[in-house]
Amino acid sequence: MTATEPVAAVRTACPYCGVGCGVLASADGKGGAAVAGDPEHPANRGRLCSKGAALGETLALDGRLLHPEIGGAAVSWDTALTAVADGFARTIAAHGPDSVAFYVSGQLLTEDYYVANKLIKGFLGTANIDTNSRLCMASSVAGHKRAFGTDTVPGNYDDIDAADLVVLVGSNLAWCHPVLFQRLVAARRQRAGLKIVVIDPRRTATAEEADLHLALRPGTDVALFNGLLAHLARAGCRDKGFVEQHTVGEDAALAASGASSNAAATAALCGLDELSVHRFFDWVRRTERTLTVYSQGVNQSSAGTDKVNAIINCHLFTGRIGRPGMGPFSVTGQPNAMGGREVGALANQLAAHMDFGPDDIDRVRRFWQAPAIATRPGLKAVDLFRAVEDGRIKAVWIMATNPAVSLPDADQVRRALAACPLVVVSDCVRDTDTAALAHIRLPALGWGEKDGTVTNSERCISRQRAFLPPPGEARADWWIVGAVARRFGFAHAFSYRSPADIFREHASLSAFENDGRRDFDVGALAGLSDDAYDTLAPTQWPLPAGATEPKRRFFADGRFYTSDGRAKFMAVAPRPPLHAVDAGYPLAFNTGRVRDQWHTMTRTGKVPRLMLHAGEPVIDMHPADAATSGLRHNDLARMDSRWGSAVARVRIVAGQRQGEVFAPMHWSDQFARDARVNAVVNPAVDPVSGQPELKHTPVRVGPAGTAWYAFALTRHRMAAGNDCYWSVAPGTGHWRYEIAGTSTLSVGDVIERFRPPDGAGDRIEFQDAAAGVYRTAWLVQGRIEACVFAAATPDLPSQHWLAGLFTADAVTADERAALLAGRAPSVPLESGPIVCVCFGVSRNAILEAARAGTHTCEKIGATLKAGTNCGSCLPEIRALLPA
Amino acid sequence: GARLADEMRRRAPDRCDVTIVGAEPIPAYNRILLSAVLAGDKSLPEIFLDPRAADAAGTTVIVGETVSRIDRERRQIATASGRAVAYDTLVLATGSHPLVPPLPGTGLPGVVTFRDIHDVTVMIAAAARRGRAVVIGGGLLGLEAAEGLRRRGMTVTVVHLMPSLMERQLDRDAARLLQASLEARGIAFELAAKTTEILGPKRVRGVRLEDGRQLPADLVVLAIGIVPNVDLARAAGLACGRGVIVDDGMCTSDPAVHAVGECAEHRGRSYGLVAPLWEQVEVCAARLAGDAEARYAGSTLATSLKVAGIDVYSAGDPSAGGGEEIVFRDPGRGVYRKLVLRDGRLTCAVLYGDAADGAWYAEAMRAERPVGDIRTSLIFGKAFADSAAAA
Repeated sequence: MTATEPVAAVRTACPYCGVGCGVLASADGKGGAAVAGDPEHPANRGRLCSKGAALGETLALDGRLLHPEIGGAAVSWDTALTAVADGFARTIAAHGPDSVAFYVSGQLLTEDYYVANKLIKGFLGTANIDTNSRLCMASSVAGHKRAFGTDTVPGNYDDIDAADLVVLVGSNLAWCHPVLFQRLVAARRQRAGLKIVVIDPRRTATAEEADLHLALRPGTDVALFNGLLAHLARAGCRDKGFVEQHTVGEDAALAASGASSNAAATAALCGLDELSVHRFFDWVRRTERTLTVYSQGVNQSSAGTDKVNAIINCHLFTGRIGRPGMGPFSVTGQPNAMGGREVGALANQLAAHMDFGPDDIDRVRRFWQAPAIATRPGLKAVDLFRAVEDGRIKAVWIMATNPAVSLPDADQVRRALAACPLVVVSDCVRDTDTAALAHIRLPALGWGEKDGTVTNSERCISRQRAFLPPPGEARADWWIVGAVARRFGFAHAFSYRSPADIFREHASLSAFENDGRRDFDVGALAGLSDDAYDTLAPTQWPLPAGATEPKRRFFADGRFYTSDGRAKFMAVAPRPPLHAVDAGYPLAFNTGRVRDQWHTMTRTGKVPRLMLHAGEPVIDMHPADAATSGLRHNDLARMDSRWGSAVARVRIVAGQRQGEVFAPMHWSDQFARDARVNAVVNPAVDPVSGQPELKHTPVRVGPAGTAWYAFALTRHRMAAGNDCYWSVAPGTGHWRYEIAGTSTLSVGDVIERFRPPDGAGDRIEFQDAAAGVYRTAWLVQGRIEACVFAAATPDLPSQHWLAGLFTADAVTADERAALLAGRAPSVPLESGPIVCVCFGVSRNAILEAARAGTHTCEKIGATLKAGTNCGSCLPEIRALLPA
Repeated sequence: GARLADEMRRRAPDRCDVTIVGAEPIPAYNRILLSAVLAGDKSLPEIFLDPRAADAAGTTVIVGETVSRIDRERRQIATASGRAVAYDTLVLATGSHPLVPPLPGTGLPGVVTFRDIHDVTVMIAAAARRGRAVVIGGGLLGLEAAEGLRRRGMTVTVVHLMPSLMERQLDRDAARLLQASLEARGIAFELAAKTTEILGPKRVRGVRLEDGRQLPADLVVLAIGIVPNVDLARAAGLACGRGVIVDDGMCTSDPAVHAVGECAEHRGRSYGLVAPLWEQVEVCAARLAGDAEARYAGSTLATSLKVAGIDVYSAGDPSAGGGEEIVFRDPGRGVYRKLVLRDGRLTCAVLYGDAADGAWYAEAMRAERPVGDIRTSLIFGKAFADSAAAA
């Protein structure tokens, strides 16, 4: 095939959130790809969000790890793999199996996950493998298991279309699962009766769309759902048959809900108004088809598992589970969190939805022929890195994740890795905050190169397929782990030739001695041929041997996977976050995501248009808290906790609850100097699930001591220095830096750091020293190379017009004269921040259209196209239009 | 004088008869364009004012006659040739004399000032023989003379007492840019250099500097400044300081005598530049036409210098300290701007390389307009500041 022939689109799956959208990707022959939603995929039916739609722009090889490295020097695969195997073997020989650990990722494919889990638990003899899914849905797993006996998501996405009431708890679905959210909004458009309730301390973009928003006090979800349970009991909503025949523990659960005995008491506990609580209770009371969708706001809590069970209790009590349009529904953050749960790659699982009971251990030992199999749970993520720091773990292998940024108390993770005798990192990106601490770096395949399966939030297994050649010497994670396993001498158990080989074994294990006792059973796929695997259409589980149609929902039949077959009500009492605010740390810090970024930005951070919506680390504050802290909008603030500190830009947001601050978790040292907000986050965990309390840390916030502010636009990434604040984001043809410094640091010195490397060319300057204004630009042969705008206040000109100059080969004479003004003379109004990333539509363009009489999202879409692609900006557009 | 006559005709065509009396033996001409004549950009005939226009309008023009005396009691003037001209109102527009330094040798052949057509004629003739010229004085006039002579083929050195060119109009940075630009064209400079002697003996052959060095020269141009010409006024007993003292109506101590231009002294200041002169003429003409309200309140010192494509503009006094300076530099484009603000108002503007906004800055200074709100747009000129104010 020559490059000019049209390339058939490859059906694959998106590597971002747990919605698991189908993607059609066509390599462009130049390293990139055209990307579109797969109209035939059941998860998205052709839709993509802003992140997914920009996948084709993440594929450039800059920043990729392309060769194995030891101590920063490229080595052969053989050398690297032998070093890993020898290092782990030596450590185990000297200190025992529990002295080694794997920390893996929901970004791994199921096949990768399976091999890693099999190696460490089956053959190295320790269950010290945990995954970043621990940060994401461990509490849901634990809650499911306590209630259902297994980690089972009962429903599927069709329930969103079928529900009459959708309760979103701790979920900013509009930003974090945009395609599901658009499906929900579309369903409401079609059925006027469908109501949306959002339960979230923050007034998020999701809350903007809600029929009712309960901005509850953080951590009071259990009180709220206990109150709901009590209300449902009083109101006679008990499904007598279901409760009596299929559940246990009802009385204790009802007794435990006593504190939330009515709407008034519940409202007081949750910091809500009674009327809203009553309305919520009443809507649930009279709506059979109630679907409770929940996410990190529930899970990332020291009471996360209890919150999950408080929600499930209400569904068990009303029998609203397992039928269309109803049930508890955990949506996962990662593309393959579910796959990781299926293979059991969490420290407290063994494999294939089996745990560490004697029967399970025996069964898996026989299946794997693994006499040294681990027989007890390993260390969960937070404990695992504590054990690394205190020396109990001496060799750790991190795959496809960035714990130095993403774990709570992230500086502790750094200390741990810095002290660990052997740190191995497999990743597709070379420079991450975690890889910087690695002794051995192994180049893994990235999205578009790797091949295997993922499972989304509705138990749907989809193929991720390769449409690009492997770059450099990068290899699939399953190949890397298998190659190390063979060097340990386990060739007999790790002789896979392909992902299909692994998948068949994984499917076989799910069916092995199952007989309907375990929910996860894909025995029907155990005999897939290589061709059938290659062409596997999205398939929901369970799909036991002999089944032709998957079971769409669980538990309508009242059959659960507990020892007695009954679901279990959990008696849960409200418990506040582990660390309370106090006079020293008076604000509650909540973390989350922004719309267009994914995790630690190693991919989305490469895409200019994804950096337009929110290009800098920010701290959202209530106006009163900002005033108390001596901060104004756009000031730089330092946020401190007892664990660490970070600096970010203040945004005063009316939708922020007083007493609480919010910051997105994405920024790493690669994109900002001092904005790893997880360094601030406390390491408290849920006692059952081990999931960290990422949503609640006592902090204090104050001015960062900034004497001047600046931004720089430059064609090349530059070293902004470690004595000032900076964050960096890519733009088209340039990088843009936000910078700030203290009075002891000269603005002029920092400006010099952005002088183009060759030093040639023209320099233009503008100074108003008395006002603290300094602006400089460099041009080489008429082309702008860099510009820096500094001022004593954060009120710098918009970068919009300047950024456009970097797309041209030369600036015109008029542009040059205007350059340090930062705008064309004829354009008084700046275009403002971009709202619709898909079509690059700015806030001001929307406001302008609104002033001209365009008052609905539909009409804005018709005139400006804004919001007509992924739709994730629609809540923001609506907020800009007259009510 | 000619301009005033024009103004009078425009305002009150039928109210008065105007007579212009001038000493130079040629019709009135636009003195400001002498530099252009020297530089070869214009010919002499091009700068003469059209006498037919004056004739047509009934203005009497008497040239080549020096006024020797004013008889205020009889309201008439006498010329050296004995002619007497009566007046109802007399306007003195006697201009200034070039300042001649008290040095040995200023009377030598080949030493000229740069004031009138005669001077220019001498310089053009000297330049025809190429050779070397020394221009004493690095102000506006001196530099225009130097550039004109250079373009006519002479090797030119400018000797300036101060360390920086045009120090009354330009700050050091702009002066350096101007100097560099003129040096690039071949003009040499001796700054902070005091001339002690013009060397002869029969005709000029050079100058001696205080440090003992001699600069050879075939032509020496004295361009160190001007003094208001108040001889007639003083002899007539009018109140004089450095110039003829006038009030806001441009009226001297005698209500029947007005004075405009370089000879006048208003509120303690005399002006050597063209823009204030036109302003004075307007007020004076309005008064004479019967508008008792017309007032002259003094001028912002604004200088526009054009030396063969180099735009330089200065308004206000850049050497006055204490203000807040806003500076813009684009050396690659040959552009430099400096603004000085005091109490949120513009007090000085120095523009080099692009003087398009000069008049706008001068107007902001004259009106004492607060500019704090558009401070960061100000230096980019009117278009930016207007749109900033609109935003």
